[in-house]
Amino acid sequence: MSSYIVKRVLRSFVTLFLVCTIVFCLLRLMPVEGYFPNFDKMTPEQVQHQLEIKGLTDPLPTQLGRFYNNLLHGDLGNSSRYRPGIEITEILADKVPISMLLGTISLVISLVLGLPLGRLMTRYKGRIPDHIGTAFIVVIQAVPAVVYYLFIQMYGTSLMGLPLLFSRDNLATYILPVFSLSLGNIAYYAMWLRRYMVDESNKDYVKLAVAKGVNSKELMRKQIFRNAVVPLVQYIPTSFVLTVVGSIYVESLYSIPGMGGLLVKCIQSQDNTIVQALVLIYSALSIIGLILGDILMTFVDPRITFGKKGGSR
Amino acid sequence: MEKMNKDTILSVEDLQVKFTLRGAVLNVLRGISLDIHKGESIAIVGESGSGKSVFTKTFLGMLDSNGYIDNGTIRFRMDDSGSDESIVDLSRFKTEKEWLTVRGKQIAMVMQDPMTSLNPLKTIGRQLEETVMLHHDVTKAQAHERAVQLLTDVGINEPERRCKQYPHEFSGGMRQRVVIAIALACDPRVLICDEPTTALDVTIQAQILQLIRDLQKKLNLTTIYITHDLGVVANVADRIAVMYAGDIIEVGGVNEIFYDPRHPYTWALLSSLPQLGIKGQDLYSIVGTPPNLQLEIKGDAFAPRNPYALNIDFVKRPPFFDVTPTHKVRTWLMDPRAPKLEPPEAVKRLAEGRL
Repeated sequence: MSSYIVKRVLRSFVTLFLVCTIVFCLLRLMPVEGYFPNFDKMTPEQVQHQLEIKGLTDPLPTQLGRFYNNLLHGDLGNSSRYRPGIEITEILADKVPISMLLGTISLVISLVLGLPLGRLMTRYKGRIPDHIGTAFIVVIQAVPAVVYYLFIQMYGTSLMGLPLLFSRDNLATYILPVFSLSLGNIAYYAMWLRRYMVDESNKDYVKLAVAKGVNSKELMRKQIFRNAVVPLVQYIPTSFVLTVVGSIYVESLYSIPGMGGLLVKCIQSQDNTIVQALVLIYSALSIIGLILGDILMTFVDPRITFGKKGGSR
Repeated sequence: MEKMNKDTILSVEDLQVKFTLRGAVLNVLRGISLDIHKGESIAIVGESGSGKSVFTKTFLGMLDSNGYIDNGTIRFRMDDSGSDESIVDLSRFKTEKEWLTVRGKQIAMVMQDPMTSLNPLKTIGRQLEETVMLHHDVTKAQAHERAVQLLTDVGINEPERRCKQYPHEFSGGMRQRVVIAIALACDPRVLICDEPTTALDVTIQAQILQLIRDLQKKLNLTTIYITHDLGVVANVADRIAVMYAGDIIEVGGVNEIFYDPRHPYTWALLSSLPQLGIKGQDLYSIVGTPPNLQLEIKGDAFAPRNPYALNIDFVKRPPFFDVTPTHKVRTWLMDPRAPKLEPPEAVKRLAEGRL
């Protein structure tokens, strides 16, 4: 299995390399004004001079080589317009932990609320709890997230008196953004868990378990739930990444200094170096998410092994 | 309550089961009566949809949620004392708690498809141990010992190593052995085998049937086979009950059913045996289709497809006529007033051993 993982990781480096190279090349096609905080006031000569200093007039392969060389030394370059002159690693060091923290809390909450909701719906399938749950899921899936984000913000602050502006040290300020981030995943986990549990409960091994005298509580817990969670496990790392990456709107609603909004801001302000760095980080996160999902599967499902070719399915 | 014979373990009387389906009511079992004797091996045969499986599911309270027992009794002896106090009526069972006294402990089941009847995510050992611990107050180590013993009993080599493996590492025949071991882990008194060999290939079929038969003798089990394979029946059963459209139309010893059948449906069923076909001729098949269960069936359900049908077959349901004390049949042909009819050629050839 370890050789499989090594192979997977190596292959993902290739993917990462391709993504970064393509984005790097595309960004070189952008107008050069993105490299200067005060482009408008500069003469064409100054611009040309600065470009030469930054090495941006070199042939593309040379620039690419320099980029990867710096990357290996942990240097992502300096911001040019977003926060001129500041090292990108420094900017990110502030922002990444906040997004990760919010993402983690929201993942835990989605699992803690979503899985029991799915179980409850299965247990009372076709009855009132199931209908309520289905209504909740349909609303969350059908209504654009932005709409319920605004509702949460409005009612959370005006009716429940929860603080609006995020502050790292005040836990109460975490409630609304985390809740907003979790809702989608709660619905997602509940929906799929219910579906998988209903599928499982119609299977023959469950009937055999009933026939051998397993009571319905144990049946739900030890057989049906356990087996239905398996296909969800693969999705957990990816859902975490999606939450972190997709928190743009929530972060701006509550003025959270996370990395969610950063990409959009930097694209708008044409800060090419940060865009490049963020693309690298996001691709890396997504790839790690997928690999982790696959590795987790081998722990929960004995039928999946990486070792043998062709497997023993 | 009518007195139950001492060596009857299960006595079904006038059992009617209905299903509601899309607003319509299906009469799936239409007043079945059957006594099952202690230690015997009885086969219930019939075509698909005749209600074989539904019939045995009522013994375990495992009808699908849209099915219900409308009428009738299923009396079951909970122990071998022979006293009438131990008799319960399974058709009155409502709660899961009541059913848990029967499921596994008294009546266990082996299902058709061994590929899907084991939990894919648990080791064979755990599935067995779990079953042992359900029914016996033992420690994990004792349960494991018993699991290994059970695997040995059903003929699995290297049980210790096999215990640690998952179902997907077993072949179909091996899995069916494991399923049988799980059923036996409960120490049941009745074993229902719902088409236990349908999903297996022919050589494995014979092994599994032999295994069930050996275990039945060894453990003094009462076995109920559900099958549509008359070859299986001839191999394993002491008695045969023939079902058609939710009713048992003929019941008797194996020899009585094979060599002296009386119901036209049994004749038709036997005539369709490929072994009885004559080279160069088309195989016999029964014309028409089974009746629609949504409609109320008048008279004999088989009458519309029966070339020997009498007028009364379309009007009145035939009672059970006794051919011998052990052989009963529901057909008006047995009435003294009915014309004397010869069974079809193929059935006669079977009876005379001219295969």
